[in-house]
Amino acid sequence: MLENVLRFLSLADANVRFVLLGSLLIGATGGLLGSFAVLRRRSLVGDALAHAALPGVALAYLLTGSKALPVLLLGATISGVLGVLVIQFVTSFTRIKADSAIGIVLSVFFGIGIVLLTHIQRVGGGNQSGLDKFLFGQAAAMVRDDLVVMIVLVVIIVTAVLFFYKEFKALIFDPGFFSTLGFSARWVDILLMGLIVLTVMVGLQAVGVVLIAAMLITPAVAARFWSERLGTMVIVSTIFGGAAGIVGTFISSLAPRIPTGPIMVLVATFFFVVSALVAPRRGLFSRWRRERHNSQRESRQHFLRAYFELAEKDPAAASFSASALAVELGWKAVRVERLGRKLARQKYTERVGAGWTLMQRGFDEGLFIIKSHRLWEHYLFYQSILNADHVDRPADEVEHLLTPDIIERLEHILSTERGIDPQQIVNIHGSLNHYRRGGRE
Amino acid sequence: MIAIDGAFWIVLTGALATSSCALLGTFLVLRKMSLLGDALSHAILPGIAIAFLFSGSRAIVPMFVGAAACGLLTTLLVEAFHRKWNVQEDAAIGIVFTALFALGVVLITVYAGQVDLDQECVLYGEIAYTPWDLLIWGDSEYGPRPVWILGGVFLFDLLFVLFFYKELKIASFDPAMAVTIGINATLMHYLLMAAVSFTTVAAFESVGAILVVAMLIVPGATAYLWSDKLHTILLLSVCFGIASALGGYWMASLWDSSIAGAMVAVVGAIFAVSLLLSPNQGVVARIWQRIAFSIQVAQDHMLLALARRAEVEEQYRFSRVELMERASVWRGVASMALRRLERRALVERHDDHLQLAAAGRHEALRLLRNHRLWEAYLNGLGLPEDHVHDPADTVEHFIGRELAAELDAEVEVQTDPQGKRIPPSE
Repeated sequence: MLENVLRFLSLADANVRFVLLGSLLIGATGGLLGSFAVLRRRSLVGDALAHAALPGVALAYLLTGSKALPVLLLGATISGVLGVLVIQFVTSFTRIKADSAIGIVLSVFFGIGIVLLTHIQRVGGGNQSGLDKFLFGQAAAMVRDDLVVMIVLVVIIVTAVLFFYKEFKALIFDPGFFSTLGFSARWVDILLMGLIVLTVMVGLQAVGVVLIAAMLITPAVAARFWSERLGTMVIVSTIFGGAAGIVGTFISSLAPRIPTGPIMVLVATFFFVVSALVAPRRGLFSRWRRERHNSQRESRQHFLRAYFELAEKDPAAASFSASALAVELGWKAVRVERLGRKLARQKYTERVGAGWTLMQRGFDEGLFIIKSHRLWEHYLFYQSILNADHVDRPADEVEHLLTPDIIERLEHILSTERGIDPQQIVNIHGSLNHYRRGGRE
Repeated sequence: MIAIDGAFWIVLTGALATSSCALLGTFLVLRKMSLLGDALSHAILPGIAIAFLFSGSRAIVPMFVGAAACGLLTTLLVEAFHRKWNVQEDAAIGIVFTALFALGVVLITVYAGQVDLDQECVLYGEIAYTPWDLLIWGDSEYGPRPVWILGGVFLFDLLFVLFFYKELKIASFDPAMAVTIGINATLMHYLLMAAVSFTTVAAFESVGAILVVAMLIVPGATAYLWSDKLHTILLLSVCFGIASALGGYWMASLWDSSIAGAMVAVVGAIFAVSLLLSPNQGVVARIWQRIAFSIQVAQDHMLLALARRAEVEEQYRFSRVELMERASVWRGVASMALRRLERRALVERHDDHLQLAAAGRHEALRLLRNHRLWEAYLNGLGLPEDHVHDPADTVEHFIGRELAAELDAEVEVQTDPQGKRIPPSE
C-alpha cells in the first residue's frame, strides 16, 4: 500500500504521469463542458449519449479487428451521435416525451452494446480482453498513444469553448433574444452538443460509458453553488472536475481491482455534497444561519414591541415584569426571562429589580419596529385591503421586513393622502400615543 | 418429477421480469417519470451490496430492505435537491443515481470476496444460471428460485394495477382532477414508486440493471405508439415484454451472447418497427399522410390554374408539362396528382392538351370562390391587397361549404381585392 502511494506521489513512473495527466484532462474537460451542458438542460442527454457509444466501440472492433483508441472512439462517436439523433427524431416525430426517448435510447443502445460485447468475449477467443474496460473505465490502461488522442480532442474542445463562449452564454440565458440578433441558435446548440460528444469520448476509456455522464453533471452542479456568474462557475467546475480526476485516479491506484470511473464519480459527488453544505449563500449551513438569524431577530423585535405596547398603557412605569410581557406576547414567562437575559448581554435590555427595562439600543429598535407595525396596519386599512380587525396578523409578519426607505414611503403616502402626522401614529384601534425619538423617559 | 428444459425456466424468468416491469413502467412513461425509473434501478445497487455484506447470502428479505431504503433515499434526495436547493430536476437525478451506482460498484469490487456479485452481473444479470438456482424447502426442490420470486412480484404488480386502476389512471392523466375527486395524487405517486422499487429489486438480481431500465420504459412507450386506451396500452406493453423475452432467448442462443442484453435488443427492435409502422404515430403513416396531402394540394392548384386561365383566355390550351409546373410541387407528386384528376374525371385530355370537364369546372370554381372570398375577407380586416394572395393560397383547401357561406355574408364586395369577380356559389 505505502509503496503504491510513494510510487504514485513521486511521479517517477512515466506511466503514472500519463495516467495522472489523462485523468486531469478528463475531469477538467468534463467540468468545463458540463457547466454549459447542465445549464442548457442536456445533463441526461449526455448520459444517453455515453451509453449509446458502447455498441459503436464493439462494432468498430468487430469490423476492423483493431483495438486502437482512435478507431474505437470513431465508432463510439458515430453510435453516440446516432443515439442523440434518435432522441431528437422520436421526440419531434411522435408523442413520446423527451424523458422516455432518453430512456429508450440509453437502454436499447446499451443492450445492443452488451450483446455485441458478450458475443465478442465468448467467440473472440484470447484477443477479446480490453473492451469491457469501456463499461466502468480503467485509467491505468491509458498509454502514451491514448493520451495523444485525448490531448487532440481536449485542444479542439477548449479552443471551441474559448471561441464561442459568448454564443454559448447567449444560448443558455436567452435563446429567443439570441435568435433576434440574427444568430442561429440551432447551430450553436448543435455545436454545443458536438462538444459534449467529444467530451464524452475523452473520458470513455478511463471512466467508462456507465458513469461518464456524472463527470459532466456533478462538478458543474457543485460549481453552481459557488457563483451566480457563468465565467466563475465554469472555472470552479473545471477545477472540481480536474481535482476529482486526480484524486479519483490516486485512490483507485491503491488497489489493483478498483475501477477508476466509480471512484472519480464518488470524489466529484463529495465535492458536490461539500458545496451543497458550506457554499456561501446557497449552501445549507449558510441558509440555516440566515434562518436562525431571522428568527432571533423576529423574537427580539416581538419582545421590544411588547414592551412599547405596555409602556403605552402605563407610561409611568420604569420597568415591566417578565410575566406582564409574557401576557402581552402570549408566551410563557420562562421564555421571556430567557430572551430578556440574552438581550441584556447584547445591550438591548437591562434588569431593573424583578423586571426589564430598555437600553438605548433596544429603545431605538423597538421604536422603529412599532412604527413599522402600525404604519403597515394603517396602510392595509386605508388601502381598503383589510378591515381593522384583520390587519394585526399580517403586520406582525411584515414589520420585520420593512426597511427605512419603505417606512419613509409609507409615511409619505399616509401623510399626503390621509393627512396623518407621521410623528403621531395612531394605533388602528384608537389608542393614541406620542413617541418621538427620546420623547418618553 | 417431469424434467423441464432449462430454456423454459430462463424464458419464464425473463417473461415474468419483463412483464412486471412493463406493467408498472407504462405508468412511469405516461407520467413523464421514465428517468426516475432509470435512476431507481441504478440506485438500489448499494442497498443490495450492503445487504449481501450483512446477511452473507442471497436471502431475499435483507435485499428488499436494503434496496427499498436506497430507492426511498433516491426519491427523497432528488426531491430535496430539486426543491430546496433549486438544482434542475434532471441534473438532480443525474447526480443522485450516478453517485449511488458508483458507490455500489465500488462496494462490490472492494468486498468481492464477500459479495457474490460482479460488475458485469450488475449490468446484465445472471439469467442464464436460473435453472440451477433452485428453491429448496426441507428435502425437496420446488423449481428455480427466481421464478418463484418474480412470479410473486408479477402477481403483486398485477393486483396493484387492478386494484388501483382507476386512481392510477386519473392521477396519471389529470392530477388536478384526481385531487378534486378525492384521490391523493401524492400518495399514488409514492405507492407507484414503492411498487417500482420492489419490482426493480426482484428483477435486478436475475436480469441486471440494464434489462430493468429497458423494460420499465421501452414496452410502455412502444404501446403508447399503438393505442390511446390505457387498458390496451397495458396489455400491449406486457405482450411486448413477453415477446422480447422469447425473442431475446432465441437470439442469444443463435448468436451466443448475453441473454438479458439480447432481450433488450429485441424490445428495441419492436420499438423500431412500431416507430415505422404504427398507424397514427408511425413514420410510414406520417410520410403517407404528407404525400397524400401534397397530392391533394397539387390537384387543387392545377384546377385553379385551368379555371383562372379560362377566365381571361377561353381558348388557351394547357399542355401536360405546363399544367404540372403550375402545381409548383415536386414532379413525381404533380404527375400523380394529374393522373388522379383524370381518374376523377375532373380534367379531360384532348389530343395534346388538357381541359376542365364539367365536374372539374364546378370544383375549380368552388376553389376559386374560396380563394377570393378569403382574400376579400383579409382585405376587409385591413391586410393590404398585395399581401392577401399567399395566405389565401394556404387556406383555400380547408374552407368548407359553411365557412364559405359565412365569409360570403361577411364580405360585402362582389370582387376580390385585385378586382376579379368572386364566382357565385353553385
